[in-house]
Amino acid sequence: MTRRIAVVGAGMAAARFAERFQAFGGDAEVTLYGAEPRAPYNRVLLADVLTGRYAADDLTLPAGEARLRTGCEVTGLDTVAHTLELADGERVPYDELVLATGAEPVACGELGRGRVHVVRTADDGEALAGAAARARRAVVIGGGVLGVSVARALASCGLPVTIVHRAPYLVERDLDGPAGELLRRGLAGLGVEVRTGVTVREAEPGAGEGEGAYGAVRVELSDGHTLDADLVVAACGVTPRTALARAAGLPVRTGVVVDDSLSCAPGVYAIGDCAEHAGRTHGTAGPAWEQADVLAARLSGASPDAVYEGSRPYARLSAGPLEYAAFGDAAAAGEDGLDVLRIADATRGSYKKLVLRGDRIAGAVLLGDLATVGALARAYERGEPVPSDPFHLLTSPTSPTSQGAS
Amino acid sequence: MTTSGPGPGTATDTHCPYCALQCGMRLRPGAGPEPVEVLERPGFPVNRGALCGKGRTAAAVLRPGVRLTEPLVRDSRDAPLRPASWDEALDRVAAGLMAVRRRYGNDAVGVFGGGGLTNEKAYLLGKFARVALRTPNIDYNGRFCMSSAAAAHRRAFGIDRGLPFPLADVAGTDCVILVGANPAETMPPALRYFRELRENGGRLIVVDPRRTRTADQADLHLQPLPGTDLALALGLLHLLIADGRADKDFIARRTTGFAQARAAAMAHWPGRVERITGVPVTQLAAAAAMFGEAPRGMVLTARGPEQQSKGTDTVSAWINLCLAAGKAGRPGSGYGCLTGQGNGQGGREHGQKADQLPGYRSITDPAARRHVAAVWGIDPDDLPGPGRSAYELLDSLGGDGGDGSGGGIGGNNSDGRVRALLLMGSNPAVSAPRAAHVTERLRALDLLAVGDVVLSETARLADVVLPVTQWAEETGTTTNLEGRVILRRKAVDAPEGVRSDLAVLHGLAARLGVPEGFPEDPEEVFEELRRASAGGQADYAGISYGRIRAEDGVFWPCPAPDHPGTPRLFLDRFATPDGRARFAAVTHRPAAEEPDGPDGDYPLFLTTGRVVGQYQSGAQTRRVDELNRSAPGPFVEVHPVLARRLGVAEGELLAVSSRRGRAVAPARVTDTIRPDTVFMPFHWGGKGRANSLTNPALDPVSRMPEFKVCAVRVEKAEASAVTDAAS
Repeated sequence: MTRRIAVVGAGMAAARFAERFQAFGGDAEVTLYGAEPRAPYNRVLLADVLTGRYAADDLTLPAGEARLRTGCEVTGLDTVAHTLELADGERVPYDELVLATGAEPVACGELGRGRVHVVRTADDGEALAGAAARARRAVVIGGGVLGVSVARALASCGLPVTIVHRAPYLVERDLDGPAGELLRRGLAGLGVEVRTGVTVREAEPGAGEGEGAYGAVRVELSDGHTLDADLVVAACGVTPRTALARAAGLPVRTGVVVDDSLSCAPGVYAIGDCAEHAGRTHGTAGPAWEQADVLAARLSGASPDAVYEGSRPYARLSAGPLEYAAFGDAAAAGEDGLDVLRIADATRGSYKKLVLRGDRIAGAVLLGDLATVGALARAYERGEPVPSDPFHLLTSPTSPTSQGAS
Repeated sequence: MTTSGPGPGTATDTHCPYCALQCGMRLRPGAGPEPVEVLERPGFPVNRGALCGKGRTAAAVLRPGVRLTEPLVRDSRDAPLRPASWDEALDRVAAGLMAVRRRYGNDAVGVFGGGGLTNEKAYLLGKFARVALRTPNIDYNGRFCMSSAAAAHRRAFGIDRGLPFPLADVAGTDCVILVGANPAETMPPALRYFRELRENGGRLIVVDPRRTRTADQADLHLQPLPGTDLALALGLLHLLIADGRADKDFIARRTTGFAQARAAAMAHWPGRVERITGVPVTQLAAAAAMFGEAPRGMVLTARGPEQQSKGTDTVSAWINLCLAAGKAGRPGSGYGCLTGQGNGQGGREHGQKADQLPGYRSITDPAARRHVAAVWGIDPDDLPGPGRSAYELLDSLGGDGGDGSGGGIGGNNSDGRVRALLLMGSNPAVSAPRAAHVTERLRALDLLAVGDVVLSETARLADVVLPVTQWAEETGTTTNLEGRVILRRKAVDAPEGVRSDLAVLHGLAARLGVPEGFPEDPEEVFEELRRASAGGQADYAGISYGRIRAEDGVFWPCPAPDHPGTPRLFLDRFATPDGRARFAAVTHRPAAEEPDGPDGDYPLFLTTGRVVGQYQSGAQTRRVDELNRSAPGPFVEVHPVLARRLGVAEGELLAVSSRRGRAVAPARVTDTIRPDTVFMPFHWGGKGRANSLTNPALDPVSRMPEFKVCAVRVEKAEASAVTDAAS
């Protein structure tokens, strides 16, 4: 009988697994069970559905020849009987199980009473796009990479936008203070105001007529100010979706705990945002796909001994004129054994920083001018020794940007 | 001989012996040490009189001291080659072939051809393998040249012709993306069309891991990591769609499969492609905009994207970009491959490819088999099936399988190994991947017979060397990179003791008991080729020597004498059953061998290629003083950052090692290469042989080896290590 691989989830990690499994020549019936009503799509690009850059249908991802069951929520796992339980009560047998349940947005304080959008699914994106078309003023709660992307997208729709951010500067997980400040200035140029060091105490219905009418939501900040808006978006990060795994008795800490083979129990695997490997969870597509590639190589038999060795932290914003790349521990400074190189050009709005531990890159930021991003990313990712004069990683005259000379 | 030389003092219009441009040139009997003098021939449209250094000096290889003038045989494996008569040499080859066939079966003999052979030779060599030897095992070095582009071409358009338009059309389009192509060094006379393009206001984008002389002329140079241009093409397709520049009307009317290709592109969003390729998103966006905004545009690929273990998919990804932009099947737009070898195009159309019969017919298609068998006067059931691809054939040579390093095809006897090989117009001891292993395999043969003009590195290994005519000494057709069938004309008699390849095949066939069907006269062979190709994709039925002379070449397909030929393909429909071009849903994957970590054994990329002063394995050009002065030997290009790390200065010797071998050559320090990549030209044998290092990992469709990407270690070498380098 054909071997059956059940994949719980039909997001980016699931699609990549299915696509690679087939490309590697895997021989099994792979079924993706997705709660959403559509085929797997590229979540990374959702903010640009707002700007009209992508139609929702454009985002569809390849998933090999896997069977796809959309609108099909998995409500229970029985890892002893090897069955899934679906929302309609159906029980489906499997031989191997891949958890790719993803993550869900975390709540941003007490926001229960106001209408607050999130940006996680294509439906979220469409709802937000519809609301943005009617709105006149927006507040984005959270100044991480998603918040900045969404704010920029809303601003490009012509909306005045305010970002409310808890940390002292934007994207504090990726950037340092000066870079965060430059990013704030770049956003200001697009019509986005940024309030840092404050949290939202409450968002509640305002004086207006409801969503789409100015003043429909009143956002109360921790510093006592209030912001009137008719569109509020929460972008406060995500948390692994682990309820199924936990209920099934699988090992869960922050995420579903997997080993280097991405296994959490015999015949059960977890990849993507829901997985925790070596004490780390990731919320981005890069590590999710690296995990999917390893698992597909293993389960297809193409490379049965492949192991996942972890992913190096790497963040990349590429949103219109706002661009940065951040590697590793970019905010680090002052620690023993760390050398820091910085090149800032305020007039051009560029900032570059290299943090070295010995001759290896511990972290780096490029903001505004990313001409050397390719070389820097490679040196960082491969842990390459940096020569005694590492400035070429920040300002290479031979960076791959040559313009024709003739 | 039926084609006589011209009278004294007359000039002969002909074509260059080297690359796929097949530049027109005129030969006049020479007064100096060379029997002819090379003159310009401004009337030929492809090069309009321009010649590169290789073409200008081509006559040097005609000198008696340079070229072979008598057959050579070896009395035993360890004996030196000695002169022999033609009868002795041909008897020896025929007896060796017969002995192997008797003992091991027909499959145990093989034939290896070349992309420099004329159509007549390629055709007759394929017929010789199937009719006289009755072996499926024939392939040729063209497999190492454009087979990936050929496969992608057929997948997308239903037909494989290098360029679907005359080269001169390049000058009149609006934007060209040149991928992994360096015509400034590989075909200099073609460069004028790219210059004219820019003078006319068009844009040139060059994709190459090296900032080549060609890249220096570009409006935009994208410098990806070796082996990542598949991702780059998908990233550009992604941006074309995201920026609203896909041509929806063209996609709807003239293509199929867009939804799957779009999904593949969505899996390659800009940030991810930047990470895979190292090309910044801003540059990706600039390139996508430049190409997308241009009213007309072309993508031209060469060996860079093609010589990969994913070469077919890589080319398909570039074709997808053309199709999505509506830049195909229209005047001034399209995808094309800059074929490398002189007759790379014709060589693959007429039967020296393991899976093909003349006219670009499939050897597994019963109707094709019936047609060709009828022309050849044999029973279709007697036609062998498909044989091994070039590297697989070379890997299967020799009976001793050895320690298993022979790889691929099994262990020892009665195992389908090939024990006798007839090789013409190729030098795999220098040009094949994993060349040390291939050399060992060639040495392990019961019989190696080589037909060549010079004593190449491969000929030196032979049991029998047959000195054959070249270029100015013979008449025959080639088909250039545009699909233009042209005629090389004999300008001078070959030295005494030299015979044509056709005469060799005639003599061997007769000794093998097939006295009919192998004429020595090229025109007679061409007339048969016309009939064999009639009704096939590469249909030459309407082409004759007379027409070629009168029209300066005829573009196939040309099914009838009154058909004008086809300079531009696909203007009305593509050559697929439904007339629509097909998108291919392709996904990026790593090279077969990627550098391991910085502290690993093989931390750097090696990529290989050519220099302007030499040609392919150098068998001809390394015998020309003027070319050797400009390109005297192998070298290793290293970036200054890497040079500092290695502690090596310009000219100091570097040892480059891969899992397959080692090469030693002087460092050439230049900032035109990426710091994580070294480059070696592949024109030399000896210690500086780049192909000692390259990886024979094969593309699953085209069976192209991965010449362009492998992992190496680079170290300073001791001077003593290289005393006989490039010997």
